[in-house]
Amino acid sequence: GLGRWGEADAATAADRLYDIPKFGNVSFLHITDCHAQLQPIWFREPSVNLGVGAMTGRLPHVVGEHLLKAANLPAGSAQAYAFTCQDFEQAARRWGKVGGFAHLATLVKRLKAGRPGALLLDGGDTWQGSATALWTKGQDMVDAAKLLGVDVMTGHWEFTLGMQRVQEIVEKDFAGRIEFVAQNVKTADFGDPVFKPYVMRTINGVPCAILGQAFPYTPIANPRYFVSDWTFGIRDDEMQKMVDETRSKGAQVVVLLSHNGMDVDLKMATRVRGIDAIFGGHTHDGMPVATVVSNSGGKTLVTNAGSNGKFLGVMDFDVRGGKVQDFRYRLLPVLSNALPADREMQALITKVRAPYEAKLGEKLAVTEGTLYRRGNFNGTGDQLLLDALMDVQGAQIAFSPGFRWGTSLLPGETITREWLMDMTATTYSYATVSNMSGEMIKTVLEDVCDNLFNPDPYYQQGGDMVRVGGLQYTCNPLAPMGQRITDMRLDGRAIEASKQYKVAGWAPVAEEAKNAPGVRPVWEVVEEWLRSKRGVVQARKANLPKLAGVLPNPGYVDAG
Amino acid sequence: LFPQHAHAWTNAAFEAKTVPDALKAYGGGAPTESKDVTLTAPDIAENGAVVPMGVATTLANVKHLLVMVEKNPFPLVAKFDVSESVDPNFLTRAKMGQSSDVYAVAITRDGKALYAKKEVKVTLGGCGG
Amino acid sequence: MRIRAQAQGSGAVVRVLMSHEMETGQRKDAAGKVIPAWHITDVTATHNGKQVLAAEWGPGVAKNPFLQFTVKGAKAGDKIAVTWKDNKGDTRTDEATVS
Ligand SMILES: [Mn+2]
Ligand SMILES: [Mn+2]
Repeated sequence: GLGRWGEADAATAADRLYDIPKFGNVSFLHITDCHAQLQPIWFREPSVNLGVGAMTGRLPHVVGEHLLKAANLPAGSAQAYAFTCQDFEQAARRWGKVGGFAHLATLVKRLKAGRPGALLLDGGDTWQGSATALWTKGQDMVDAAKLLGVDVMTGHWEFTLGMQRVQEIVEKDFAGRIEFVAQNVKTADFGDPVFKPYVMRTINGVPCAILGQAFPYTPIANPRYFVSDWTFGIRDDEMQKMVDETRSKGAQVVVLLSHNGMDVDLKMATRVRGIDAIFGGHTHDGMPVATVVSNSGGKTLVTNAGSNGKFLGVMDFDVRGGKVQDFRYRLLPVLSNALPADREMQALITKVRAPYEAKLGEKLAVTEGTLYRRGNFNGTGDQLLLDALMDVQGAQIAFSPGFRWGTSLLPGETITREWLMDMTATTYSYATVSNMSGEMIKTVLEDVCDNLFNPDPYYQQGGDMVRVGGLQYTCNPLAPMGQRITDMRLDGRAIEASKQYKVAGWAPVAEEAKNAPGVRPVWEVVEEWLRSKRGVVQARKANLPKLAGVLPNPGYVDAG
Repeated sequence: LFPQHAHAWTNAAFEAKTVPDALKAYGGGAPTESKDVTLTAPDIAENGAVVPMGVATTLANVKHLLVMVEKNPFPLVAKFDVSESVDPNFLTRAKMGQSSDVYAVAITRDGKALYAKKEVKVTLGGCGG
Repeated sequence: MRIRAQAQGSGAVVRVLMSHEMETGQRKDAAGKVIPAWHITDVTATHNGKQVLAAEWGPGVAKNPFLQFTVKGAKAGDKIAVTWKDNKGDTRTDEATVS
């Protein structure tokens, strides 16, 4: 039945949601993966997020009703709306849009007022994901983060603006305001550190260290040419050295601001001693509870704060006798209807958007169905991109990268250029067309599938499976590398290894792709398709692989 | 095939197509796994053309330390002589054409081949959260 | 060559970047002709003139090779020299002072 917030109106529910008692003496607020969403948006959580190996059925690989049960969240509540895809359209209409920096700013101020000295940490993927962030080279987000009062950040998509731009922001815009920390980014020649590995801050008399871990696989998941002079990696032996160094300097609380992705964080927490909490991001897992991991040095809490500006993590530590004695953790959904917009932040957002408003708001079509991206295999929003690519490029098959950013739309809403850019805005979103052999297609699918389902998290990259248009296949996530993809078919006929197929795609990591004759950004291709629909786009049916070996699974609900 | 040097390059080792054949060229017998040999290599290569690899040992009677990539056309990448004057700990960067097991091997003075290995994944890349 | 030698603990960590194609002999040019192997085969290093390191390399070492090793007992002001030879008979030696 309905829980205790079930019948309450949004405002009342919000007061209860945000009125959390102060606990302890050291607090950290955590945002991550906002993907440049300054405005309130819709965001549907995944119905498929499968865990393999030791991660089977463990957080974060629990979705829908299974997650409600696991985290003891009442169905129909604001939390059920925020944390799961359950009854998404209905809940969205009831609780309203999520996120928005002006609403987030109000919540941050409210929490900081009750938690003097609290630090605000930003886990990265902040400067990419919207048209304005792309067009201003991240400047809108840099200014918004400064105004929000971010104290420390690390990064991932930030690096796709290129090394020079990142260093310019860190050295100039952030000087004296925001520290950028990343112990695992080194120069490619002699391995010198590029950023500070950590910063020390005293909170209410307690010395605290905040270490940074940038996304370890940036040069693999994104084009290497953006970071050609730098090298990344997980480097947990060096992480251990840094933790020990902060402890020897007197840190009583050591936290890691991580962009590893949650499975990697959970493994790292078993291997590195002396970290009190890992505040994680990258995999966009909005986890209502902290996971406690035991290691030889004690216990480490692992959290993950979702994406798209939808959540604010609040970690309160009770520090006495030189160490953390107890904690309280909450991941608060940012419900924009329940939190008034902060006037100053709203003014900044209005100002940065002003030159682009007309372009952003341009109506391309109306969608009859819900559009969303998130999920291991496909979403209706990606299906729209795939359908557009196949039609416009005259391709038999289309691939769309398994990105986890991108916002949702409700049935009957207008597809604006802004939404299209929310789904596609990167610095390398070139649309590609190529001939690929059946063998190569299989190799690509197997390669990406292993990056998602390798039983060892250190061999995963934290994205979702490449979305596939036209081609049907069966996927067994539990099979070994090279054997997960079977029964590939096109229009019912088996794919032939040596036959060539015309394949469309976008966002290639190879540098040559941008020099292909007539190459254009994917949003132009999709826009052309949307305009050809004369106003209305029918509901998309996501092309999903047939799953073998893994069902039933707490990481899977049939959400229609 | 190659010009003569003061240090004759060990053709038999570098032209061997398998790990055991390369070991034989340095007088190593059947390889045994050992926790006294350590290999440093990434789980996933950032760039298959430049993969950092380190080899080290805590054993006393080691003559050579080798770095090997099993699935390369010629697995042996580098051989370092262990001497009194340097730490038995060397780092280099190797090429990898595909995902493969990578080996750090210590050849002892009495002809034993002791190794550590790990899988290094070479991926096409793309995607991400 | 770029050589960096830094005193650390009871020795000096030496890091070297060499400039070399390290051609494998496995690749073909645009005309389909095999590009002949061209790679460093031998690397040696001296500490104040005394040889401390000997290594043999194959074409599996990456282009513009990197090498790191630690010379026992080396201290600030000492000289470290590194020499490579390749399969065409070319050779190069560079020297650095431990800092
Ligand atoms: Mn990320
Ligand atoms: Mn992200």
